[in-house]
Amino acid sequence: MNLTLKIWRQKNANDKGKLVDYPVSDISPDMSFLEMLDVLNEDLINKGEEPIAFDHDCREGICGMCSLYINGEAHGPDRGVTTCQLHMRMFKDGDTIFIEPFRAAAFPVIKDLIVDRTSFDRIQHAGGFISVNTSGNTIDANAIPVNKHDADTAFDAATCIGCGACVASCKNSSAMLFVSAKVSQFALLPQGQVEATDRVLNMVKQMDEEGFGNCTNTGACEVECPKGISLESIARMNREYLKASLKG
Amino acid sequence: MALDSKIPEGPIADKWTNYKNNINLVNPANKRNIDVIVVGTGLAGGSAAATLAELGYNVKAFCFQDSPRRAHSIAAQGGINAAKNYQGDGDSTYRLFYDTVKGGDYRSREANVYRLAEVSANIIDQCVAQGVPFAREYGGYLDNRSFGGVLVSRTFYAAGQTGQQLLLGAYSAMNRQIGRGKIKMYNRHEMLDVVIIDGKARGIITRNLITGEIDRHSAHAVVLGTGGYGNVFFLSTNAMGSNVTAAWKAHKRGAYFANPCYTQIHPTCIPVSGDHQSKLTLMSESLRNDGRIWVPKRKEDVEAVRSGKLKPVDIPAENRDYYLERRYPAFGNLVPRDVASRAAKERCDAGFGVNATGEAVFLDFASAIERYGKEQATVRHLDANDTALVTKLGKEVVKNKYGNLFQMYEKIVDQNPYETPMMIYPAVHYTMGGLWVDYNLMTTVPGLYCIGEANFSDHGANRLGASALMQGLADGYFVLPYTIGDYLANDIRTGEISTDSKEFEQVEKDVRDRIDHLINNNGKHTVDHFHKKLGKIMWNKVGMARNVQGLTEALQEIKELREEFWKDVRVPGTNDEFNDELAKAGRVADYLELGELFAKDALHREESCGGHFREDAVEESGEQKGEAKRDDENFAYVAAWEYKGDPSAAVLHKEDLEFKDIELKQRSYK
Repeated sequence: MNLTLKIWRQKNANDKGKLVDYPVSDISPDMSFLEMLDVLNEDLINKGEEPIAFDHDCREGICGMCSLYINGEAHGPDRGVTTCQLHMRMFKDGDTIFIEPFRAAAFPVIKDLIVDRTSFDRIQHAGGFISVNTSGNTIDANAIPVNKHDADTAFDAATCIGCGACVASCKNSSAMLFVSAKVSQFALLPQGQVEATDRVLNMVKQMDEEGFGNCTNTGACEVECPKGISLESIARMNREYLKASLKG
Repeated sequence: MALDSKIPEGPIADKWTNYKNNINLVNPANKRNIDVIVVGTGLAGGSAAATLAELGYNVKAFCFQDSPRRAHSIAAQGGINAAKNYQGDGDSTYRLFYDTVKGGDYRSREANVYRLAEVSANIIDQCVAQGVPFAREYGGYLDNRSFGGVLVSRTFYAAGQTGQQLLLGAYSAMNRQIGRGKIKMYNRHEMLDVVIIDGKARGIITRNLITGEIDRHSAHAVVLGTGGYGNVFFLSTNAMGSNVTAAWKAHKRGAYFANPCYTQIHPTCIPVSGDHQSKLTLMSESLRNDGRIWVPKRKEDVEAVRSGKLKPVDIPAENRDYYLERRYPAFGNLVPRDVASRAAKERCDAGFGVNATGEAVFLDFASAIERYGKEQATVRHLDANDTALVTKLGKEVVKNKYGNLFQMYEKIVDQNPYETPMMIYPAVHYTMGGLWVDYNLMTTVPGLYCIGEANFSDHGANRLGASALMQGLADGYFVLPYTIGDYLANDIRTGEISTDSKEFEQVEKDVRDRIDHLINNNGKHTVDHFHKKLGKIMWNKVGMARNVQGLTEALQEIKELREEFWKDVRVPGTNDEFNDELAKAGRVADYLELGELFAKDALHREESCGGHFREDAVEESGEQKGEAKRDDENFAYVAAWEYKGDPSAAVLHKEDLEFKDIELKQRSYK
């Protein structure tokens, strides 16, 4: 396949940045999207030009490091995948592909396609844990039976990879899906009840302080989430928040 | 220096308890004055950082990713072993210990493995208390499954994302401490060297991957939890950034490197499809619980399948060779990884590979789908003879167990594994070798600890499935926090370590010189050019089957490639910015040294054991004909290599392995 790439280049956080055209040829449909970028980078280095900076690591859709806004969609046109799992067979010969960083006030661009997502970490520092010492001197694991449906739903929420696609896809740059995934996981488990009130209040407070927008229930986050985290998580978090505020 | 493993005296079941009762402790007030550096935030590093901070030490933690949650432990799929015996199927601490030593082909240290088995049950308790959502049965209790090389079900799991859930558990424990200010977290920082003062590890030099700043960090002890070195093969199931640099730099500063040639080639990975590939993807071993591995019996069927004229589902059972079930009736599809990988290679080398490259075998779920479907139909009082219904119900069960793996497969290969068997082939996955550590997990450099995959200690020559997660968390949560205290008890009067010393200055200069060289070299070839070349040498000559000629050639070729790299590598850009090529260049430079030591170790070990298979060490007759042949008389030791200025000059030190609690015998899975 031969393609035209329009890629966002930005030297650093202070640079204005712009889209630059790069033609690529002989791309195999079996390549992953990032392998296609590897080919382009190899080419750029050989020509003495600066390669394109992008985040990536595991390349199997689980670490959450890769991002990219491809043709106006977080992680590109396929569903239920991250950019590293997106394959070139999703495109046609002759296509023009726009490649931009995830854009949100709380995700400042570091360079080219790389953004700073440490705001997500700070939200987790505020309450994304159960305060149990790691001594191992807890009770036997089977002393806490958990209804299978609740355990499975908690697991589904816990599969969030923290990539930020939800924020990038939201017109308000809201982080509600991300935050509610962690709140939901613990809200569904007996172990999470003790600190439930503080957890949801503290995490939401931190989310607001980081400059993420509000949720207006448009649902774009759920559509673009590579792990299929459900909007139900947001509803659950709203209930938890209301409960906590009344207790408050 | 003679190696002292510092194994405590006494019966094996009492060693760890006695040890804990007799070590030095640091009182809480003194812990506040002691700094510990933890490099790497995977299961080992993350759990260690969290626990040390919780105990009261000041922890500085480092990872090269943009968040500690992204360490490659996240990608572990199948599960974590623990001797809970919830299934009542005869499991015990002893049995887990025995299976691990046997699975490691009797090349691990008994005392360490026993301790690992002993603390395994605590890990599950701990993780459940942290809110890790393990799979459960309908009664609400924890579910288990079975993994290779064992006859019990002791593996706890969270669908095909167990590593993710456990890592997020450790990450949450870290977050609690980061929030309290007890861990200072350095994301996007890469450790480039270790600083030794008066014979003790006292700090590290890092590069900020965003700004290029080179920084000095001091501490009373340094812990490396930096993972394995499988990427020396270029293609592996490791993440792109996984590297050996921290461990290798420690090696060059005095830490012995043990058993570098023990590499795990995992039997069930998606086969290589072309030169563009940047990595390989694992399909969890848990799939072998339900998947059956086969190739066609007849060459004409092989040809027809390769050319697309015959669908695998249309080959009748009598024309299929379920070769693992045939060769190993006792363990069948659940033989250990090294055995399964060699068996796949044997069939493919004999011409029965089922894809265009001839390097793939089938992993088939049709019988599992039928079995589960019938079971569900019976449970729900439906017609168990209705084939369409049974298939539908069976697929639902399989999806529940392995859905994410099937989806990954379909995205990469563009085939639906619910309808047609998966094609799989072995790929480099895990490295059992690593920095030599004693019972305290301390390297040969005082104050320098090494935990998780980065050390050599628990898996011998072959790791059993679901044991890496167990070891990472055991080391970080339950072992290191005790052993490091015993060492740090001598540091309560030391005070803060200054970074303003000639030792820090010298190491920083070494780091800067090397970066300057790489940046200014301006050669003809990219970093990947060299990395791919190295990978080819390693895979072809130091891979699944090794011989004297190949290894001798590899030694020479790696050395030449290294010289070429330093003359001819091209790194664009500058140091003072985000520069991925510069980071890669540093890692590949270290792989080019490690690769040589790896081949040297493989050449010296004239036996086959676990993942190390020598073509000149094979059983020639009897029931075990064609199986790997160990040589306990001459090689029942850990090979710990001391750096002497060049990998080829490394000096061998031997730690003899004693087997007091398990009888040394040939490993049989037949």
